[in-house]
Amino acid sequence: MATLSRADVEHVAHLARLGLTEDELTRLEGQLNHILDQYAILADVPTDDIPPTAQTIELENILRDDVVTPSLPLDAVLRNAPARQGDHIVVPAILDER
Amino acid sequence: MTDLTRLTAHEMAARLRAGDVSARELAIAHLDAAERDDHGLHAWLSIDRDRALAEADAADDRLAAARTDPDRAGDRLRPLLGIPVALKDLVSLAGGQCTAGSRILTGYRAPYDAHITERLRAAGAVILGKTNMDEFAMGSSTEHSAFGPTANPWALDRVPGGSSGGSAAAVAAFHTPLAIGTDTGGSIRQPAALCGVVGMKPTYGRVSRYGIVAFASSLDQIGPFARDVRDAGALLHAIAGRDERDSTSSPEPVPATLAALPADDDEAAAGLRGKRFGLPREYFVAGMEPGVETRIREAVASLEGAGATVEEVSLPHTDYGLATYYIVAPAEASANLARYDGIRYGASRRDGDVLADYLATRGEGFGAEVKRRIMLGTYALSAGYYDAYYLKAQKVRTLIKADFDALWAQGFDALVAPTSPTIAFRFGARLADPVAMYLSDACTLPVNMAGLPGVSIPCGLSEGLPVGLQLIGAAWSEAPLLGLARGYEAITAGAAWRDLEPTGLAEAADPATPTPAERMAAMTAAEG
Repeated sequence: MATLSRADVEHVAHLARLGLTEDELTRLEGQLNHILDQYAILADVPTDDIPPTAQTIELENILRDDVVTPSLPLDAVLRNAPARQGDHIVVPAILDER
Repeated sequence: MTDLTRLTAHEMAARLRAGDVSARELAIAHLDAAERDDHGLHAWLSIDRDRALAEADAADDRLAAARTDPDRAGDRLRPLLGIPVALKDLVSLAGGQCTAGSRILTGYRAPYDAHITERLRAAGAVILGKTNMDEFAMGSSTEHSAFGPTANPWALDRVPGGSSGGSAAAVAAFHTPLAIGTDTGGSIRQPAALCGVVGMKPTYGRVSRYGIVAFASSLDQIGPFARDVRDAGALLHAIAGRDERDSTSSPEPVPATLAALPADDDEAAAGLRGKRFGLPREYFVAGMEPGVETRIREAVASLEGAGATVEEVSLPHTDYGLATYYIVAPAEASANLARYDGIRYGASRRDGDVLADYLATRGEGFGAEVKRRIMLGTYALSAGYYDAYYLKAQKVRTLIKADFDALWAQGFDALVAPTSPTIAFRFGARLADPVAMYLSDACTLPVNMAGLPGVSIPCGLSEGLPVGLQLIGAAWSEAPLLGLARGYEAITAGAAWRDLEPTGLAEAADPATPTPAERMAAMTAAEG
């Protein structure tokens, strides 16, 4: 099993889009490695022929009828938006040229 | 005069139907108790008195109409009509707050009712408010709530368990006879045990999760808290069943017997005769307190005394449960919590480019435990580590489930085990070491990994604090499982500890008592 370096912790924080302080990164480096150490016991379990379990009840392909149903009330949804313009949510620009 | 808050939901329903009390009187008695104690207990994140009283008045109208209008007489049979209930603050209630214990959802107003909220409204239950919880249900103590912890009604310097600690404490403190919780690794059963109440995690898929804030989607399940087993069964009956808005909710029929468990102790006790229980030896984990083990062994002897057989059995992959769970649950959480990006709702920082906005919104909005789990989950799913962690954990999960399946194939009716290896611990005792906190759920999380129903019921005290007995059943066996729990309740009905009330209630009501947040700050500092 791997050991997380400081650079690894910073990389994972970036993947998770978490802005962490230097203190948080330091604390997490220790804590995550301590937790990952507990995972090492799983290497003892032979699982070559074992299928993974993603869900425990055997439901599959439950479909609903293809009919139009009411959507949520627009105002109730939009009132939560941090920035709103009319019936739209204002988002940060992601392209340089508008 | 009877203190209305001391009645069970069934007793309240009988008085409502007889016209001896009104839903409004019940609501007022409970709201008053909740508001009086909240300073010292902090079980609630919001109490909406006006809305609760309006719902109570509507319930009184329905009760009156049911008495006189033959077409509406069916309402007389609804066991929750006019009965107070609390929602964990991750259940959507249209127009109300839904913080999930997190700063990142401060100010958010739910645009719609959760499926279970609709069901409770249809049943005529009176929703008093929303209860405290560990942030995004990640924790075993409520110390990870962004709004400060809840105290245990039995000892105000101790945690109520978690993550549904507010719901458990509110029921134990007689603020409500019924409450809703969610259980991903033990978050209903462990706080039920630590607060001395009944709490059940149903089979995965039994209750629709539409409108519930998601933590780990292959594990999360909604369930009831109550002070006795019959009340828990009635609440589960009201919320269970297929809902097409949650594709994981099952079409499995909901048995009417859930709401019709025997009231008579002799009848309930007779249901234990000839039943076969397994006692998994691996659940007497390292670190289990001797006082807890003693209570569990006594409960086993009581079951045997009532004509059941209890055989020691093995669930050989139990020791791998913790590691498996703490890969699968954070991995699913890291995906579920990606939605909190400050764009559509919730806390939002807008002062840079879009990446800087994400980093700031999430960095400031999430607390330490949530960040820890997002980091763990992101790592376990990241390129190069997926096979070693996530896929490996899912394979071990298959083996954990197979352990249980093997016992059901041998004909066991249920397994009997401790719910928590310890009684309620002091504030701060496990905050410095996440692994110590995670051990709180060692006896409960394998049940989630296997998707099974489990119920915790009080089985006495250790060092003056409640101990919980866990009964675990095969998938979809909630009704017989609660029948067995009701049987245990019946055979211990005469025990001296049954009549005891939580020892911290008078102190909680005293305005001079420190708040749980003040206690936690002082005790965490002392723990170093």
